[in-house]
Amino acid sequence: MVSLVRIYDNCHCDSVEFNRNLIKDQTLKPFYMHNEHNDQHFQKRIDEGEHIEPRDYMPEGYRKNLIRQISQHAHSEVIGMQPEGNWITRAPSLRAKQILLAKIQDEGGHGLYLYSAAETLGISREEMIEQLHTGKAKYSNIFNYPALTWADIGAIGWLVDGAAIVNQVSLQRTSFGPYSRAMIRICKEESFHQRQGYEIMTKMMSGTKEQKAMAQDAMNRWWWPSLMMFGPHDFDSPHSGDAVKWRIKRESNDTLRQKFIDKTVQQAELIGLKMPDKDLKFNEATGHYDHGPINWEEFQRVIKGNGPCNKQRMEHHVKFHNEGAWVREAAEAYKRKKANKTELVIV
Amino acid sequence: MKTNENLFTYCLRLADDSLILGHRLSEMCSKAPVIEEDLALTNIALDHIGRAQAILKYAGEIEGKGRTEDDIAYRREEREYQNHLITEQQNGDFAHVIARQLYVSLFESLLYTELEKSADKTIAAIASKTLKEIKYHLIHASDWTIRLGDGTEESHLRMQKALDDLWMYTGELFEMDDIDLAIAKDGIGVDLTPMKIQWEQRLEDILAEATLKMPSALYMQTGSRSGMHTENLGHILSEMQYLQRTYPDAKW
Amino acid sequence: MNKDTQLDLWEVFVQSKSGLPHIHAGSVHASDIKMALQNARDTYTRRGEGTSIWVVPSRSIGATNPDDNDMLFDPSNDKVYRHPTFYVMPEGAKNI
Repeated sequence: MVSLVRIYDNCHCDSVEFNRNLIKDQTLKPFYMHNEHNDQHFQKRIDEGEHIEPRDYMPEGYRKNLIRQISQHAHSEVIGMQPEGNWITRAPSLRAKQILLAKIQDEGGHGLYLYSAAETLGISREEMIEQLHTGKAKYSNIFNYPALTWADIGAIGWLVDGAAIVNQVSLQRTSFGPYSRAMIRICKEESFHQRQGYEIMTKMMSGTKEQKAMAQDAMNRWWWPSLMMFGPHDFDSPHSGDAVKWRIKRESNDTLRQKFIDKTVQQAELIGLKMPDKDLKFNEATGHYDHGPINWEEFQRVIKGNGPCNKQRMEHHVKFHNEGAWVREAAEAYKRKKANKTELVIV
Repeated sequence: MKTNENLFTYCLRLADDSLILGHRLSEMCSKAPVIEEDLALTNIALDHIGRAQAILKYAGEIEGKGRTEDDIAYRREEREYQNHLITEQQNGDFAHVIARQLYVSLFESLLYTELEKSADKTIAAIASKTLKEIKYHLIHASDWTIRLGDGTEESHLRMQKALDDLWMYTGELFEMDDIDLAIAKDGIGVDLTPMKIQWEQRLEDILAEATLKMPSALYMQTGSRSGMHTENLGHILSEMQYLQRTYPDAKW
Repeated sequence: MNKDTQLDLWEVFVQSKSGLPHIHAGSVHASDIKMALQNARDTYTRRGEGTSIWVVPSRSIGATNPDDNDMLFDPSNDKVYRHPTFYVMPEGAKNI
């Protein structure tokens, strides 16, 4: 039996480059050969509902697809800290301040879990951050919208996290082990987020005239972008095939979007919010809500970089990443100094 | 001054430090050098805000005018806040954040160790809970001080500058006015005089390990006891109080 | 020259209650053990999920190769005599 260390080695010496080449160069990999037989066996495991773990055989497409999806999910969590972070210093009560801070902290933590999961696939966090900065990796479009009022904090928690929950509950059954486990952990934490948002909206809708107007205004601005979070309509998503085949993706965009609409409309009506969709109507025959057309032109425009906050979000992330470089370098330097004194520190 | 008024003011002093420092730390959200540190700083912020809430609630009860912790936190004017000046200083770079945490956490670890023996049961109980948090805050701050002090040349210079910049706000931590003296005499508060030497000694040890020099400037800023703050506080309050001021009748 | 990195990768194991084993929770980045423990605590025990945390540099973990699973684990599958249910006990026997 050979004891093998995990294949993504983050030891920061020159061997990092060597190790990464080891991973990428298939012919040197002692672990497995890519061939049809192995692909078929892999698919059989998927079809039988087995989890794929980091050291298991996987087709290169599976690995790449997952790296892309998980890292973009992680980036979304981290970028998502910004619109909500915008209102921390203006939170109107000590309780609200603590709750909002704890929520944003969770988002950071979720990003962390997801970066961890992605790293099991052979990509480093440095690489993922670089991909984010160069635009090679994307993040969820919803965070390119601004948090304009305190009611936006309510709307974001209720609608945006609400939509994320629908997606994440589905992803708990994704085939890749670390991603599935991260999603289970995230789902446990996410329900407080949605309640936090809904509580804010509820309080405002039973408050002053100004508060009600503020809440309705936030609803009007966040509803449609929340629907867009589920991605294009099924008939417009040609690339889902592999994701579905490999059980990375468990349910279709429209299915998830419908779930979100069905549960949210009732919540909105309960507290007196008007749905900003004149075509929204409960369909007795299907048992679901029919809704008006989504503005996909806006979706495309924002996702391509021309939304209200795209530039700002990226500049913020780049700025603080760069400003933090000296701190990270100092931590590394200190570590090396200690290692040279041969302590109980492993280099 | 009646004893209750003294106690009320003393509570404000304890609470305001946490209120303002917690606020400053919360500004660091999404700005830390690594995502793990974002979580760490947020935890410390949450500890402080929670502490402020608990003490302000008690202060409201003592005052007996029906003010809630939010009323006291959000509806006072600049001159009524009693936080030490060091807590309202701008975050600056990470070294400044850590230097401020080091100075304050060291002070608080000594202060709250004594407050745990307070004749006031509520304050003693809060102190007991707080000590657990402060232990962690101090380890976090001193570990980072050492890493940055003994890291790269750049981190060493930045850390030294941060310590030097904030040094003039540390003297105030050990000041006692008549109210502090009266409260200490009642067995509720703490005599801060012997604390300064302990604080300096512990600080020296940490800085030595960090290869940093103990600042030695003699001039110390002062004023928070009489509500004389730096220009920073006004801006902090503008943001903090904005919603409560703009919608005075609204409940949040 | 110091390279700018995201520090090192550590695996985190959390024990939720004394008496129970440490379970793998995920990973964190840190440059030394103290930082790793603090980061692990901030990341994985915010909701009181733990009484003890272990951290290990990821590269120190040895792992079996899934290709060897049949060699490593199948032979134990047919050694059923290791399981108590394999044995036939006379009726009426107690405490065995």
